[in-house]
Order: sequence, then C-alpha cells, then structure tokens
Amino acid sequence: MSMVTIRNLTRTFDVSKPWLNRMLERLPKQTLTAVSDVSFEIKEKTVYALVGESGSGKSTIGKILVGLLPPSDGAVEVEGVDLAHETDKAVLSDLRSNIQMIFQDPYASLNPRWRVKDIIVEPVRARSGKAEGLAEKLLEQVGLSALDADKFPHQFSGGQRQRICVARALASEPRLIVCDEPTSALDVSVQAQVLNLMSDLKENLGLTYLFISHDLTVVRHMADRIGVLYLGQLVEEASPDTLFETPKHPYTQMLLAAAPKLDQFGREEEPPQGEIPDPINPPPGCVFNPRCPLATDMCRSERPVLRQLGETRVACHMVEG
Amino acid sequence: MEPVLSVRDLIVEIPTRHGVLRPVDGVSYDLAPGEILGVVGESGAGKSMTGNAVIGLLDRPAHIASGEILLNGRRIDNLPLREMRKIRGREIGMVFQDPLTSLNPLIPIGEQLSETIETHLGVSKAEARKRALASLEEVGIPAAAERLDSYPHEFSGGMRQRVVIALALCAEPSLVIADEPTTALDVSVQAQIIALLQRLCRDHGTSVILVTHDMGVIAEAADRVAVMYAGQLVEIGPVRDVLTHPKHPYTDGLVGSMPANSHGQARLRQIPGAMPRLNALPEGCPFNPRCPVADATCRAAPRPALTEGAACWHPIGEPA
Repeated sequence: MSMVTIRNLTRTFDVSKPWLNRMLERLPKQTLTAVSDVSFEIKEKTVYALVGESGSGKSTIGKILVGLLPPSDGAVEVEGVDLAHETDKAVLSDLRSNIQMIFQDPYASLNPRWRVKDIIVEPVRARSGKAEGLAEKLLEQVGLSALDADKFPHQFSGGQRQRICVARALASEPRLIVCDEPTSALDVSVQAQVLNLMSDLKENLGLTYLFISHDLTVVRHMADRIGVLYLGQLVEEASPDTLFETPKHPYTQMLLAAAPKLDQFGREEEPPQGEIPDPINPPPGCVFNPRCPLATDMCRSERPVLRQLGETRVACHMVEG
Repeated sequence: MEPVLSVRDLIVEIPTRHGVLRPVDGVSYDLAPGEILGVVGESGAGKSMTGNAVIGLLDRPAHIASGEILLNGRRIDNLPLREMRKIRGREIGMVFQDPLTSLNPLIPIGEQLSETIETHLGVSKAEARKRALASLEEVGIPAAAERLDSYPHEFSGGMRQRVVIALALCAEPSLVIADEPTTALDVSVQAQIIALLQRLCRDHGTSVILVTHDMGVIAEAADRVAVMYAGQLVEIGPVRDVLTHPKHPYTDGLVGSMPANSHGQARLRQIPGAMPRLNALPEGCPFNPRCPVADATCRAAPRPALTEGAACWHPIGEPA
C-alpha cells in the first residue's frame, strides 16, 4: 500500500523585482519553477530517497509534503487524504501529526533558550496531549540519557543534537518522517551512528521515510527506492542496486561518475562539463540537454516524459530498453 | 630532494581561564615539491588550525607555543608580521571553503587578481592585467576577457571557486593550502574543481595541503594522507596504504564508517562516542575511550609517538 502519492506536483516561486521597478524599467514578471510535474509514490514502511544537486527542488518537495509550502499545482496525498484540497480541519490536523520532519542543521533547528525536554514534547503539547515522562523515554530511545532532559541544546555535540531532533520528530508518534539532509552537517563516524539509529527506529516503529540527500553513498545505503531530480524534474527512478549498477539517464550516469570513490586513487578522468542552468530561464526541451553528450534536436525542443523501462522509470528521449 | 614545507613538533596553544588548550599537539611532517598532502579528521581535530599556523593566520589568543615551520629551508614561524605578509600570497597561496567570503564583493575580479600580481611580482599595471587574464583563462573561466570586470556575485559557486584558485596561484607560490575547497559545491562541480587543482599543481610544480573531511576527495586527489585526531597526527602515509590497510584503529573506524564501505549490510560500522573536548582529554592515548583494542598501556601516560606511520601502541596488522 502506498503511504504517499504525489501526482504532477508543481511549485513555482515569484522572483520578480518589486512592483515599482517593474513599472519603471518595464520588466515582465519572473517565475522560478522549483518543482515541475513530479509524480511518485512512497510505499508504507520503506525509505524513498530524493537525490540531486542544489537547486534541483528536493527540499521544496519535502517542505510541501510536511505542509510548510502549498503546492502550485498537482496533488499530494498522504494515506488517501489530499493535503492541499482537504477542507475538514480535524482530518488535516490528525494527518499533520502523522508527518514530522528532521532538518539538516542541528544547530539551527533547536531553540537555544529551551530545555531539551520542552523541545521534545512541543509537538505533543501543541495538540494539548499528555507529555509526562515522554521526553525521558524518547531520549533513551535515541541513545541519550534521561538525565539530559533538563539540559540546554548548547551542551550537546552535533551528533547528539541530531539525536534530539530525531526524538522530537518521534514525539507525536508519526508514521512518516521527512529527513532533509539529516547527516550532511555531521562527521562520517557520527553520521554512521545517526544513520544506524534511523534504520533501527524504522524497523522497530514501522516508520516511512522520505530521505533527501545529495550524498549518493548515503542514499544507496538507506533507500529502498531512489528518485533522481534535476532542475525540478524527476529524471530517473529505480531501486538502489538497479540505479547504481545500470543507471539509464545520462544525468544519473554523470552524477555517479563524478562522485569521489574510495578505490580510485589518483583518478584523472575528464570531469563532467558545465553546471546546473539558471532555473528562471531553463533550457527548452529536456532540461539536461546543454550538458548531455547524447542530445539531439528532439531533446532541444520536446520535454521527455517518464517511461517505464523494466524496473526503472526514466525521462529521456535517447534511452532504449 | 629538499622538502617545500617542513613542520617540526608544532604545538599551538590557546590560553583560557580554565587552563591552556592544545588544538595542535606535536605535529610533524614534510611536504615534497609537487606533492598533494591530504589532511583528514573530524571537526575539531586540528586540521584547519595546522594550516592556519603554517600561513601565520592564527586568531589570537591562539599562538604557536613551540616547534618550527620551514618553507623552502627558511624558518617562517617566528617572522615579524610585515615579513609574513610578503610570504602570504607570494609563496603560500590559500583557498578557503566559501568562495563568496574570500572575494571582495565590491571589487571586480580582474582588479582583485591584478592587485595581487602587482603587489607580489612588482610588474606594471598593464602587465598585471594581462597576467590576470591569462590566469583566468587557465582556470577555465569561459570568455575570460569579458569577465575581468565582473563582480563576484555575477559568477556561480563553481566559477567563483575557480577565481579563488586563480587568485591563490597567480603569484606562482610554491605551496597552496586548500581548506575544504569543495565542501560548499555540488558533486559534479566538485569533480571539476579537484581535477583543476590537480592539473594546475602538476603544471606549476606547486605543493598542496588539501584539508577536507571527505575521504573520497582525498582518495582521488592526494598522494599522501595525514589523519588527525584531537590535535595529533595519528597516521600518515601513501593514500593507497592508509585507506586500504589502515594501521591506526581510528583510521580504520573512519574508513569503515563510510556508507560506501557498508557492502550492503543493514548497519554501518560506527565508532562509539565522540571526539573528546580539548579541555577534557583522557590520560594516555586520546583515542583510548573509543578504541576497540585499548588496554592498560593505552590508558596510562605517556601517549604513543608517531612511528612507522601510526601513533598507536597496538597498530593493526602487526603481531601483538
């Protein structure tokens, strides 16, 4: 059964200059399309990972899913409820407490003036639920001590803070957690501790994760299904083994080739050319065409749609089964 | 061959109200001409502090308490500020993590480059501008002639980092210290910057100290790697040997905890605990509370010295 269904999701941002400048300089309105026509499903009790470079729209999708941003177009359904169009407040409120988020920077996402126990039980208190002893229980669950409940965030290291963030996310007993780069601010040895904790919690509590990351090795380790984003579009989706062993989209291939590997000493390969184009004026046709070695005239004029090729879904004109 | 840089028993101290901290404690290494030395370790291990000590940019009250730093055979750790300013930029170039904060936002990049060239090489304004253009072309800025008068904000992150590299290399220094040069960049741009750094250093015979926490970058770019833990050098050697057959249990844990090395297992190998704070270092080897092979020797003073590649009483791969 799918926990989350995202259909034709689009999100645009208005990045126009202020009204007066537009009038005086006769400038048109400008929009930035952060997410463009993205569809995917997350099955219950699995980890779905979104990878992509900066500006690919992965965090925007995460924010839309937890309700921090409304979608411009398309539908986001969680357990059969459409987040954007549901009007019954009780249903929405109930659903919201089932979705929690873990952010990238554990230094910025904890209020420095609050004690740890207040931070952790906030999601429960906000809904006037019972919070007695909850913080202590959760702290032990994430590998900290119950005695830490009365401390302040500055008394903890980065890895411990991220554990507190995990504890807070668990407080309202969610079924879906959106993790936006949960370990990219951490050192590798601490990253391993936090990733292991997240895997354990998923097994024990039956959680579903949307895991957003730019680190391909982390994604391969954690995910059951991976979606690759480029400039707001889903270009390829597959299971980790299929994606890493037989990447189909030229962008995925480029990304995998560019990632530094531990066993390629003194590698001197030709690095990928070019950078992500300006999202305000994306290239026509396939967004990857200016950097793509296979690009043809069709790629420069027509946007490819996602096609099913075996186990993979891929959006490319040139790939054949 | 005489080393470009020679660091001998370097100790950096920070006096505080609660005693003296040592963020760098007895570090020694040599850097050969044209060599790329990778420095890895967790945050707070003293990687950046060592680089800053070499270039004389320690923030007070941190200072070099003892030890020697020799650049091309000349002692530079005790030079007066005025002398050090001549070396900085001329003989040692610097590339920082965030390219936006290392460029002046109010001055066009061409002017920033030619100013550096003029100051350090003593050439005319016109000649400096010509050389600035050449160095921008060398780092792969497209249409370099038109972009000389552009401001830093008009460039993308990757292009900015190229400008910073051009700036570091324009006075033809013999040593470049690159402190996390690719951490703020995307994977595909990171690969471009690393390849560029490698090519330029080979062409100019420049040595590089590459400070990073990314083992993958080290594996691909560096010739030798130095691993730091709690201010000490715990292992140093050719990059292939250290990453495939680490001798120090810390290096072993660090390499093993990378997701790329999990080999499809459900759990990652992890090093328990966290690096100790500098004001609460354990007795003996600073790694002993987290070490799987620690025994009474490790918990008693003194701590092991760096011999044959690893500072450990029980290096991996040697009979006990």
